[in-house]
Amino acid sequence: MLHSLALYVGGIVLLAGSLFVLMAAIGVLRLPDLYTRMHAASKAGAVGGGLLLLAVAVLGQDAAIAVRAVIGIVFLLLTTPLSAHLLARASYLAGYKPGSETVADDIAINAEQNSANK
Amino acid sequence: MSAELFIDWMSLASLVLLALALLLSLARIIIGPTLSDRVLALDLLTVVAMGFIGAIAVRTGLTLYLDIAIALALLGFLATVALARYILLRAQRGENA
Repeated sequence: MLHSLALYVGGIVLLAGSLFVLMAAIGVLRLPDLYTRMHAASKAGAVGGGLLLLAVAVLGQDAAIAVRAVIGIVFLLLTTPLSAHLLARASYLAGYKPGSETVADDIAINAEQNSANK
Repeated sequence: MSAELFIDWMSLASLVLLALALLLSLARIIIGPTLSDRVLALDLLTVVAMGFIGAIAVRTGLTLYLDIAIALALLGFLATVALARYILLRAQRGENA
């Protein structure tokens, strides 16, 4: 009974994870500029990939597999924000400007204040 | 519906959804328009490939695939870091030249 319950839960988590990844891909294709696309890819992508690995952990029915899947999830949750931040900062400093709908630009405000204080 | 049949259908459905996600991020890599967009879509592509490996591991029962998924995550992270540094260095070199 508990065995088949775990299988049903794992199947639903598997489907939820792939839905999240699909939403991330739709966001990357449809959103207007680089920084909003990055928001879709790094949040929904990380959650989707994490849920898919969690489904493998639940469906594997084995402690060794579950530990490896959890290591994968932790690694994904550590590295995805890091790489998104690196890419966003590098792109901003390389001169890719946010789209015209963006109203907040903290790097530009900081740069203005620093040059005013000098 | 038995649990095994349920898992079979669910993994098939998630493979279809992941294939759609793969095509959509491939479209973003092709249309660009900037290098950063392409790097971002490649990063997402790595996550989609990890999901594919997970779904196939569930379908076939070969959980050895999980090690490949972890290695792929590491590779994707390192590729994104290297490409971000490349974008930054290319911009600085362009300003100096």
